[in-house]
Amino acid sequence: MAVEVRLPTVLRNHAGGASVVSLDGATIGEVLAKLVAEYPGMSGQVVQEDGSLHKFVNIYLNDDDVRYLDGVNTPVPDGAEISILPAVAGG
Amino acid sequence: MLRLTRDIYMEMVGHCLGGLPDEACGLLVGSYGGEEATHIFPTRNAAASALIYEIDPREMLGVDRAARALESDIIGVFHSHTHTDAYPSPTDVAQALDPGWHYVLVSLRDTHPVVRSYSIVEGVITEEPVDVPGLEREPGVAAPGAGRPERWH
Repeated sequence: MAVEVRLPTVLRNHAGGASVVSLDGATIGEVLAKLVAEYPGMSGQVVQEDGSLHKFVNIYLNDDDVRYLDGVNTPVPDGAEISILPAVAGG
Repeated sequence: MLRLTRDIYMEMVGHCLGGLPDEACGLLVGSYGGEEATHIFPTRNAAASALIYEIDPREMLGVDRAARALESDIIGVFHSHTHTDAYPSPTDVAQALDPGWHYVLVSLRDTHPVVRSYSIVEGVITEEPVDVPGLEREPGVAAPGAGRPERWH
């Protein structure tokens, strides 16, 4: 399943400056694992050691927040767009 | 340096004032790594709080797509401090993830809003000048960074 993954600016320097990368994977977790395998600089910034999503990112599968789907186990249809977005907050 | 048009500056400050008593927030769009915000996207404060702000992830997705359509990127975030200085709080620093972003603070503590901008890299805060061409010639509008309004002669 080939999907496009849209990267936030903070992660692009780990991917040679690319804003979008194309990856394979049947689930969100598989795609993110491939992302980190291909670009090790992103290690620990998208997925935590236990495999759960990092609290400072939000992952969208097309128009849906995967936290409200099945998290990292959410199936990824072919041709889907995954957006990695920084969680923006403060005090 | 962060350069804002007068319209963007006014929209940003107006959005912050309109959000009172809560903190208000929004995103700036331009060329990543550049000094100029070409577009502003005010957002809701999903936390609806006078102490913290949070940009709704769905709004973030929408702004990210809008930025892409403009062949641009999100280059920074602004938010208001309702009762404190225009300086990043410890919470702001802890959650500042992007070393290339402009982190803009709008203090509404005093009569006139005070706007300051910073880069925050691995917890180190560095102030940068805010340039708003044309703003300083408008009587009655505080210049960015002005602690007190200037007298107009």
